[in-house]
Formats: sequence, C-alpha cells, structure tokens
Amino acid sequence: MSFLGLLKSKKDRYKPASDQDRGILVFEHTSEVIKAESVLKKDGWKIKVMGPPPEIRSGCDLVIEIPLIEELNILRSLEEAGASPLEIVPVSSPLLQPVDLFQNKDFGKYLMIRAANMKLTVEKETETIVNISGGGCPDVPYLASKMVGMSLNEAPSPREIGHTLCGYALQLAYEEMRRQ
Amino acid sequence: MIGVVGTVPDPDFPLVAGETSLKDDSIYIQGKQILVNRGTPALLAATIKTAEVLEQGAPFGYLVGDVGLGHGSRRLYEYLSGHLGKRDFNTIVFHYLQPDVDWHNRVLFAVEEMERRPVLIADAGFMYAAKMSGQSPKYDLFTPDIGELAFLADEEAPHPFYTRGFILHEENRVPELIARAYKHENAARCLLVKGKQDYVADQKGIIATVDIYVEESMEAIGGTGDTLTGIVTALVGTGMEVAKAAVIAARVNRLAGSYAKPTPATQVMDIIQHIPTALAKILSENEKGELWAKQS
Repeated sequence: MSFLGLLKSKKDRYKPASDQDRGILVFEHTSEVIKAESVLKKDGWKIKVMGPPPEIRSGCDLVIEIPLIEELNILRSLEEAGASPLEIVPVSSPLLQPVDLFQNKDFGKYLMIRAANMKLTVEKETETIVNISGGGCPDVPYLASKMVGMSLNEAPSPREIGHTLCGYALQLAYEEMRRQ
Repeated sequence: MIGVVGTVPDPDFPLVAGETSLKDDSIYIQGKQILVNRGTPALLAATIKTAEVLEQGAPFGYLVGDVGLGHGSRRLYEYLSGHLGKRDFNTIVFHYLQPDVDWHNRVLFAVEEMERRPVLIADAGFMYAAKMSGQSPKYDLFTPDIGELAFLADEEAPHPFYTRGFILHEENRVPELIARAYKHENAARCLLVKGKQDYVADQKGIIATVDIYVEESMEAIGGTGDTLTGIVTALVGTGMEVAKAAVIAARVNRLAGSYAKPTPATQVMDIIQHIPTALAKILSENEKGELWAKQS
C-alpha cells in the first residue's frame, strides 16, 4: 500500500467522537444556567453552554452540555450549590427518559430488585444488603464494597457516594427496595 | 498472551501494567494486592484459574483505581492509546472502564495499529462505550446480561439507564433483542448473553443456548458475569473459536456456581474456587463429543 493510501486508510478507520455520551442540563431561568456553569467549571467538569435542541420544550434559552455518564456526580454538585436543573436528557435523543420499570425476584428469604442494569438484593428479615450485581461503570464495585453487609437503613445511599448512571440506576433500585 | 484491561475500586490505586497472579482471594500485579470481590479483579481471578487448567500463561493486566469519577479510567485510556500498538496479544478483554466515546475510539485505533490483530472482547463500561461509538461490529465478543442486551438493542439509548420502556428486559424476549441489536449494528461479531438461560448468537441468529445447572441465586451474586467473561477470555486465548468458547464458558460458570451451592448472599470468590473442577468436567464432556449434543 502507498504512503498516501496508508494515511487514507487510517483516516477512514478513525471515527471521530460522537455525542452519544453527552447529556444536557435544562434550567428554568438563565440565571440558574450561569450559576450552574460557574459551579461545574469550578469543579473541573468539561461542559459547554449552548442553545437547546428543538425537541426540548421546557426551560430557558440556554442549556449546559455535560458528560452524561457522570450525571449522578454532577447532580450532587448542583444540588449542594442550590442549582439543580429542571431535567437532564441525552444529547443524542433528548426525548429519552430514565428507566422507570422495576423487576422483582423473590428468593423466599431474599428479595432482589432490578432497575435497568442494576440489581440490589436484601435479606428480608434483617433488611441487610447481601449483594449488588449488574452494571458496568467503575463505581459499581465501589458501591458494592461500601453497601454490601450493611442494613438498608445504615448503608450509604448510591446518591450519596455513587457517581455514574449505573450508580443512579442502583439508587432507583435502592429507593424501590425501601419503598417495598 | 491475554491482555485484561479494567479498574479496581480504590481511588489511590496507581496505574499498573504487568503479569498477574492469584493467591488465596487476592490478585497480585506489580507488587500490589487487590482483594477479589467483583468487577475486573473477579474477571482476572476467573481468567487465571481457567488459564492454569489450560496450562496457559497468566494474563497481562492493565489496571488503575477508579471509583466512578473517571479520572483513573481516562489515565488508563491515554496509556493504552500510547502503548497498545506496540504490544502483542492474541486476546484482549476490556472491562470496567468509565464509558468515554472519544477515548474508546483512540484505544481502538491503537489496537488497529498492532501488528497482529487480537481477538477483542468487551464487557461492562467498555462495551457501553463501544456501542455508543457505533463501532460494535469491530469486536469479536460482547458479554451482556439481559438489561445490557436491551441497551444494545435500543439504537437510541446512550446507556442502560435510558433504555426505552417498550424494549422490555425479559428473558423470553432475548432472541428478539439479539436480532434488533444486530439489525442496528450494535452487537459484536458474537454475543454471549448471560441470564437464567445463556445465549450464544451471531448475525445469523442463536447458535446455542445453555440452560444446565440452573441456580436462580446466581443472578443476584455480584461478579458472576465477570467470571463468565474471564473464563471465555482464557478459552479464546488458547485459540479456540469464539462461539465454541462461549458455550463452554457458560457451562463452566454455571457448573462452578452449582458446586458452590449458592444463595443470593454468596460472594463470588466462593464460585471462582470451583472453576478448575468445573472446567475439567466440561472439557472432558467436550472431548467425548457430548457438549454440543447436550445443548438445547
């Protein structure tokens, strides 16, 4: 293959980054966008303030683009600063909503609840978290190391110590387990 | 040689690259000790146990600490994009990494620079990044569970958390979800779907299902999917054809689980220690030609 051909084939093979891993924070007022931007930039997040896509019909004329996977961590920063968004949506498909279906599996002595890709299992009598499975983000093994072996009441919630969308899904399973 | 890429849940764990070993319930790499619980350490433990029986060398690990902030993963992505191109592996498995499309693409580019293209296996966060990047067909094997298969099948979803409700994560929908994942080019050349019944499939459809040694509790036990990915990686590392390795691995993982007499509170190391016995039995059945006949 010629040198130019080699260059061309490499260029063809390399796919530029898509926006599939980006999310959008939607706020009610522009002043909240400015406040949130300041908080997130101070925390070192790679963000971008821009106009909203046409599918978004709520909020003001500005949105903030964020790394979607780290939604839980970003939400926590904004909540602490009193700058929570109205909603968070994926850039690639702004109409998508978080999963809201739960699946229960009753093992008799134990109950497992699954939300999206995350599963939380509790011993019914003691309410002890005995296992966490599923998920693929690096906070899942971390969350398991902090939560397994503790009771539902004592364990830190995924919202407190998780960082990613897997952590967020585990939070939903955790809330559903507490509700039941 | 096999390469294993992933993270450990310790923010202070440095980036390390080197041969791995397993002693008791810990992985050792570059003088560092990691307790096997779930995630990449569980995958590594299963790979090492399987490789020992197969008389293969220990896997080469690329590990870094990351608790979900992504800092460690990005350092590892950067390291891999600079180093992988010069290495020689026959199989690489990418595992728990913070999904990042741009870094994923750089790492894949480095893989394509390698003199010999390795068999590529992706699971967990790296599989999410591969799907998000639209480059799933460049992989030889994905190992999703049902929830992750629904994510692969949903061409719109950027993460399992956003999988649309009409794409239900139900066991009886697995063949349909596999077909949909291939239709939108969001599946690897081969899929090993982990569940109550395991499925091995490719573009043409279901190749095999494995439903022996059913232990309902396995679904609840964190790390049982990681051990399955670890076993199939070691088998593929011997040069075994990917779909055949997937079927054998599914049987071995289920049998090892069955030997452990699990409850939903069982921890994965209790299963890993049964892998050598389970592997010996399943390989013996395979040699007798009973393996493919036993598939339903």
